[in-house]
Amino acid sequence: MKKYLSFFRMRFLTGLQYRAAAAAGIATQFAWGFLEILVYRAFYQADAAAFPMEFSAVVNYIWLQQALLALFVPWLMETEIFSAIVDGNVAYELCRPVHIYHMWFARLLAHRISSALLRCAPILFISLFLPAPYGLTLPTDPLTGILFLLTLILGTLITVSIGVVIYICCFFTISAQGIRIFYSAACELLAGQIVPLPFMPDVIRRVLEILPFASMQNVPLRVFSGDLCGHQLVWAIALQLFWLAVLMAAGWRFAVHAETRIVVQGG
Amino acid sequence: MITVNNISKTYKVAKRNAGFLEACRNLFHRDYEEIRALDHVSFQINDGEMIGYIGPNGAGKSTTIKVLSGILTPDEGTCEVNGCIPWKNRVAYVKDIGVVFGQRSQLWWDVPVIDSFELLKDIYSIPKETYQMNLEELTELLNLSELLKTPARQLSLGQRMRCEIAASLLHSPRLLFLDEPTIGLDAVSKLAVRDFILRLNQTHRTTVILTTHDMQDIEALTNRILLIGKGRILLDGSPQDLRQGYRTMDEAVAALYREYAI
Repeated sequence: MKKYLSFFRMRFLTGLQYRAAAAAGIATQFAWGFLEILVYRAFYQADAAAFPMEFSAVVNYIWLQQALLALFVPWLMETEIFSAIVDGNVAYELCRPVHIYHMWFARLLAHRISSALLRCAPILFISLFLPAPYGLTLPTDPLTGILFLLTLILGTLITVSIGVVIYICCFFTISAQGIRIFYSAACELLAGQIVPLPFMPDVIRRVLEILPFASMQNVPLRVFSGDLCGHQLVWAIALQLFWLAVLMAAGWRFAVHAETRIVVQGG
Repeated sequence: MITVNNISKTYKVAKRNAGFLEACRNLFHRDYEEIRALDHVSFQINDGEMIGYIGPNGAGKSTTIKVLSGILTPDEGTCEVNGCIPWKNRVAYVKDIGVVFGQRSQLWWDVPVIDSFELLKDIYSIPKETYQMNLEELTELLNLSELLKTPARQLSLGQRMRCEIAASLLHSPRLLFLDEPTIGLDAVSKLAVRDFILRLNQTHRTTVILTTHDMQDIEALTNRILLIGKGRILLDGSPQDLRQGYRTMDEAVAALYREYAI
């Protein structure tokens, strides 16, 4: 366990090394959050009844998405691992007494959590004090809070387990560009990062809700404001557990297979 | 104790001539060439030996090191190191070995070197006392005290190399693979590294396998040489035997390469 915590510590230290990047990230997320909320406000003022989520729930969704951006955005990857595979530095990774699946899982998770921790506090804090209906509203009962945390953890683990599969693909494709671009585009749409999933047309939404993408940010961000509750919530958590198990098992098998056919590039 | 028996490894390499037309033709038809990096290599190394593993560029030196350190799986043949098959029980096996790839880096690029060391301490689960002792010893012998607080990206090649060697030894490995460890070192550092490896071998009885093109390294450090060419072991003997009749080691080795046409 300690070795995995150590990756986390290392990533956190690296994140702290670049202060300007963190500050710029926070500023961008504020601007983006306001922009989105203003767009939705215009729609809701035209006809609030036409939309599937309450305006306050949408506002919460947007602020949480901005605050926890680093946990879910598909383009946040540890690029060092890709370059290590491409230039052959992966040789060093392979002579550590840790299985690459575990190590990369830990590193990617550490990367996401530490970036999120560095950035979320200012956004959460300020959005809490914004005047209604533009601010973040906390859940009223503690159970919702606990369920939010649980689904947040599951969603993050699912995001990471897909990320590790993409790393391992790189052993076979050499360049990770293609698969990363494709995955980013697909994930942003299918996970509800551009528009929350309830806004999708019914038929499409029903299909999307079964895919692993819907188990990422869609669940926790809607649990928080009570948009997802009761029967539907139980189903969503079961689906999260299912996808996590499938993705981790598949990723592990894939990693073991890749290890036996590894070629170290460049001498 | 290392026993290598009839190990072979083949790489498939796509080759083409220069030019735009050739590149276009290559889109539809690829010519692959099979390169035999290792061709039935066998040898035995005892505990505490220092081996110089030499051969011309592309002879298969690094491939051997990668097979022995569990990174690559050979196509055929068997190999046993301290009772383990390196590529089979890789995770358990690598606890006991240290590897330095002279042309690669294992230090975290953005943070001070000491942070990388602390991470390695946790990855290898090195006990606190052992880590402190090794770190002090390595810092003194490789003259690292000024470098430890510097981010790895701001070190010169030679400075980084000294840190790389230290990083590979923090967990007191019984077996050390050095793949061209003196690349880019100045005279002082080179001597320091050599002294250090000698001492390591004498005090800890660490088995050392060294590949290099620097024949002074070989003469200063090793008492046995394995010569590999075109994937085959061609010679196994002492540096003194090899050098007989020549003024310098370099001349002797060049004559050998010509003789074997490798």
